[in-house]
Amino acid sequence: MRFLDFERPIAELEGKIAELRHLGDADGMNIVEEVARLQQKVERQLQTTYARLTPWQKTHVARHPDRPHCLRYIKRLIDDFTPLAGDRSFAEDEAIVGGLGRFRGQAVVVIGQEKGHDTESRVKHNFGMPRPEGYRKAQRLMRMAERFGLPVLTLVDTAGAFPGKGAEERGQAEAIARSTETCLDLRVPLIACVIGEGGSGGAIALAAGNVVLMLEHAIYSVISPEGCASILWRSGDKAQDAAEALRLTAQDLETLGVIEEIVKEPLGGAHRDPEAAMDAVGEAFERHLAELMPLSGDVIRARRRARFLAIGRQGLS
Amino acid sequence: MNWLSDYVRPKFRNLVGSTREVPDNLWHKCSTCGHMIFHKELDKARRVCTQCGHHMRLPVKHRLAMLFDDGSYDRIPLPKVPADPLKFRDVKRYTDRLKDAQSRTAESDGLIVAHGPIEGRTAVVAAFDFDFMGGSMGMAVGEGFVAAAEKAVELDAPLIAIPSSGGARMQEGILSLMQMARVTVAVDMVKDAGLPYIVVLTDPTTGGVTASLAMLGDIAIAEPGAIIGFAGARVIEQTIHEKLPKGFQRSEYLLEHGMVDMVVPRDTLKGTLARVIRLLTVPVEPVAQTTLPTVVTPDHVEGHRETEPTGPVDDSEDPHPDVEVLPPSDGDKAARRKTAPERERRTGDSAAASTAADQPPPEA
Repeated sequence: MRFLDFERPIAELEGKIAELRHLGDADGMNIVEEVARLQQKVERQLQTTYARLTPWQKTHVARHPDRPHCLRYIKRLIDDFTPLAGDRSFAEDEAIVGGLGRFRGQAVVVIGQEKGHDTESRVKHNFGMPRPEGYRKAQRLMRMAERFGLPVLTLVDTAGAFPGKGAEERGQAEAIARSTETCLDLRVPLIACVIGEGGSGGAIALAAGNVVLMLEHAIYSVISPEGCASILWRSGDKAQDAAEALRLTAQDLETLGVIEEIVKEPLGGAHRDPEAAMDAVGEAFERHLAELMPLSGDVIRARRRARFLAIGRQGLS
Repeated sequence: MNWLSDYVRPKFRNLVGSTREVPDNLWHKCSTCGHMIFHKELDKARRVCTQCGHHMRLPVKHRLAMLFDDGSYDRIPLPKVPADPLKFRDVKRYTDRLKDAQSRTAESDGLIVAHGPIEGRTAVVAAFDFDFMGGSMGMAVGEGFVAAAEKAVELDAPLIAIPSSGGARMQEGILSLMQMARVTVAVDMVKDAGLPYIVVLTDPTTGGVTASLAMLGDIAIAEPGAIIGFAGARVIEQTIHEKLPKGFQRSEYLLEHGMVDMVVPRDTLKGTLARVIRLLTVPVEPVAQTTLPTVVTPDHVEGHRETEPTGPVDDSEDPHPDVEVLPPSDGDKAARRKTAPERERRTGDSAAASTAADQPPPEA
């Protein structure tokens, strides 16, 4: 387990527990009571820490390397997953994974950004930063879903679209714009869940859904706190202030009427109990899907568009 | 204090001050070729360098005056939106930045929505005002764009978007990001109604504005030399650790890479827009003589940029404006250098009417 800076007290306690266990094994001492006491302390500490994470701390939790990423969700929630590759024009972009599968009996198309979990997979998936091909593949899969009447589930987790020379030349902006447009145009349900980082245009290209869910400690923002700080404060080390100002937490976004629901994370964040976090997302998907599936295609499309037009018109003072 | 400082000095200042009234911005220096241009001449040339053809940023109201017939148009006010919903504050309060921009531009936010005739046909124009916080897109701009789309549908008129924007307005956080989806819904309202949606990309078009309304046009027209892109060049250089090629993210570069339909100089922009709109919305035009239909044959010989319509032209209808044929090559510079009078001469009689209408006084 990798610990974040603000988790140091927890790390120390857990270190002690591990030490005790090690000693206990060696000396046959009875350490059960002491371990239980420390465990309780850890839990209390986690509770208080995670109940009042600052936006900047949440940014770190959202980017935690051990946090479950897209492919783990797919593995856990989707049966018969059949990955599909390529945009049919240029390349396969593994920063966006997607394909067919079955979610609790229902055939679906699932799409998401994958960040990777070790050096090799991170490079393979370009750290979850898609190129235009990724967004074009996403459009292709969404259109196919529509053709076969399958709902679309998206898992959003990206620092942003890749800023590269080739990406620009091949129309990164166009690919994002069309992907957003495709999301908004579909006559099948689209449910998006921000599972980690919702980084700007690169995120909304997959997140213009009928329902947008967000994990409790995920973030979703127009720009990264670091980027915002360097532009508005002209100093990268004001990222903490920028994170506060941007109001990028799930709790803020719910208040602003930008998301429908916050999916609760296990104590201490999704990385402490990935299975519980992923199942909670599955439960929310299932519930919202049940509501959307009986609706006609036209209603589904009209409601999604109305949803976005309504943002900012109500509920803000 | 005393007679000297209270009385004499101000008097002197008044006397000397009179010479300072000469504004120091009478002459503009072209950032590309260094040519000095007198401000009146520059305005007359629609802020295009008379020496090298460099297109400087054109204030949004000049542009509207240039596009609409006789420079006259009606405006729709921007719908009211909650100001500063995030209570955003960086080194400065967002509300203060807003107030500054409002008093500087005398506008409520960074988008002007106007409608009026362009060569006789009604169009709705949503033009970004770069002078208002870098043309950034927040709730007011997004809502204004939605209003523009609704107006286009109501008037059964095409919508022309003219972005000039650094991207999303950070000070509105996630709500500015949401505008990317909202303006996309607006674009599709126009498309669903079967109306043309045309984008004129001007300097600069970047970030979330490019990645939404700017790249969704049925037709995408770019002004020469405009910066158009998603990520900033500096960010890209820092990410990939290499120097970017010359002309990267410029209009001509985008044309070469298939991202825009054409690069059109400012003095033929109106004619081009009007022609495209006619072609998209008037499927059949009456022909004066029955022998041959009016055929516009663009001469594809490199270097030839304008071609007169050949064949008979119906006098009663609007004549075809001059046709732009833009070779996607760099050798285009010389052609762009041609001054406006030269162009007028070359457009021939049939296009004279439209060319004249094409040149309203820049000051409206």
